[in-house]
Amino acid sequence: MKLSKSKVRTGDRVFGLVNGFIMILFALVMVYPIWYVIVASFTDYNELMQNSGVLLWPKSPTIDAYKMAFRNPLILTSYGNTLFIVIVGTAVSLALSSLGAYFLTRQDVKLKKIINILIIITMYFSGGMIPIYFTVIGLGLENSLFALILPVAISTFNLIIMRTAFEGIPRSIEESAEIDGAGHWGILIRIILPLSGTTLAVIGLYYGVSYWNSWFNAMLYIKEREKYPLQLVLREILLQNATNEMTGGGADISETSQISEAIKYAVIVIATLPILCVYPFLQKYFVKGVMIGAVKG
Amino acid sequence: MQKQNTKILKQGSWARDFHKNWSLYLMVLPVLAFYAIFCYKPMYGLIMSFQDFNPRLGFLESEWVGFEHFRLFFTSSDFPRLLRNTLVISFSTLIISFPFPVLLAIFLNEIRSTGFKRTIQTVSYLPHFISLVVICGMIKTFVSSDGIIGQLVAVFTGERTNLLLQPKAFTPIYVISKIWQTIGWDSIIYLSALTSIDQQMYEAAEIDGAGRFKKMWHITLPSLKETMIVLLIMGVGGVMSLGYEKIMLLYSPAIYETSDVISTYVYRTGFGSQNWSYSAAIGLFNSVINLMLVITANKVARKLNGSGLW
Repeated sequence: MKLSKSKVRTGDRVFGLVNGFIMILFALVMVYPIWYVIVASFTDYNELMQNSGVLLWPKSPTIDAYKMAFRNPLILTSYGNTLFIVIVGTAVSLALSSLGAYFLTRQDVKLKKIINILIIITMYFSGGMIPIYFTVIGLGLENSLFALILPVAISTFNLIIMRTAFEGIPRSIEESAEIDGAGHWGILIRIILPLSGTTLAVIGLYYGVSYWNSWFNAMLYIKEREKYPLQLVLREILLQNATNEMTGGGADISETSQISEAIKYAVIVIATLPILCVYPFLQKYFVKGVMIGAVKG
Repeated sequence: MQKQNTKILKQGSWARDFHKNWSLYLMVLPVLAFYAIFCYKPMYGLIMSFQDFNPRLGFLESEWVGFEHFRLFFTSSDFPRLLRNTLVISFSTLIISFPFPVLLAIFLNEIRSTGFKRTIQTVSYLPHFISLVVICGMIKTFVSSDGIIGQLVAVFTGERTNLLLQPKAFTPIYVISKIWQTIGWDSIIYLSALTSIDQQMYEAAEIDGAGRFKKMWHITLPSLKETMIVLLIMGVGGVMSLGYEKIMLLYSPAIYETSDVISTYVYRTGFGSQNWSYSAAIGLFNSVINLMLVITANKVARKLNGSGLW
């Protein structure tokens, strides 16, 4: 009896160790690509070329790549454009989604049902890339940063999550405010929104990240380079081999391609580091969002 | 007489509704404007799929051609290739990547130390916070002939090539990187399902002499079954909605043979060759198939599980 119990225990201990080992291995696989990029961005290009395979630490750290990358004015202007899109876009999206969710949680409103259906339909069916393009162009939004905000201002999925959150607020609180003479704006701004702080944070983050990441609409609508958002510039540098434009041309081809390769890693770090620094603190909100979205039903 | 009465009553109730709720309707107006302009107007714009649309003439003046664009698409030599690639990439992604978040959730569930568990979780969400453009940039660099993965593969195959120019390497690259991108994030939903397991079940199993592996196999895994089935069905429903963004960032004419899918083709025929109507028609075809699949999947999931995802 005693023997078999201790046998189970050793079995469990081995299991725990193996599991821990697998998890550490897993963590390395998740982190190493990022680590490689960071190390490569601080490594001299020639050294990087001679080094085949694993890269653990920059042997002779240098910030030349960063100096070169920042010499390109497009990096900074596009950073500014992206900040504008993220801040203004998230504000517009949150405002519109709150209004929509507030409306959909009112009682005794005749048009609510039909509007609700019309909104849900858009989750399943859309006009598609080409008709949307002509709509946006038709509004004269070409080359305007608002072309990257207005057409995606409301995500119906997020709106529904907000509706669910607003539904959870007890009617009695609203009613007492109504008795005190508060109108719809008063109820929304002074009661509903302050009570939905977490949901607003979650949805705000969802919107913010999607604005930060978007590049496709910018490719369609933005033709002037000084209005490019960051992701579009990144695409040029990382995926289209347009790096020779960045370095100003002068250098001969082999040198140019060297510079472009060396810049790549630095550019990735410049564009990603701010987010990687804050995400461990914000992740709990994102995770909460997944839960809310799943329970929604 | 009675009919008339109810009619008047109805009109009256509408008037009363507007009188009572006008400020509410005013509030929701910007939202309605958004849906009207950016969702419903483009749906109306889909009539261009049945026209020979000319942007200068507009929807009203362009010539009608009926189903000509659809016929053209179904008989074109591109159609079989596009359909095949869409299905192959979709289904490989779905089936191959599906078990990974489940496994991660189960292994995470077995970790005793909270700090260690939280660290692994945080690390696993990392790719979710990197933009797609950057991820694709990293993929491209890594699989190039002197990238770290390119070199690794060269050890086995003996030839150093840029893997993104190899047609047969595209789907593996797409799927493997997708697993890396989504494993952590997708495990959240399974982890939340695991928190609802009754701890007494584990205790009962322990009394029966079950070790950790047995408990994992007989209690943890079965409790995820429902979530897995629903997600799998929804995944099947979404096979035609394969996104174009990642493929567009990674593919090139050299590998269209295996990487060109319906949504990327819509983009190229529209913005590349300005074949607007043809492109919109293909998009419409894809949306309709997708709509039917999603609705079916939702129905099946609802029937099996008592509740769909929507």
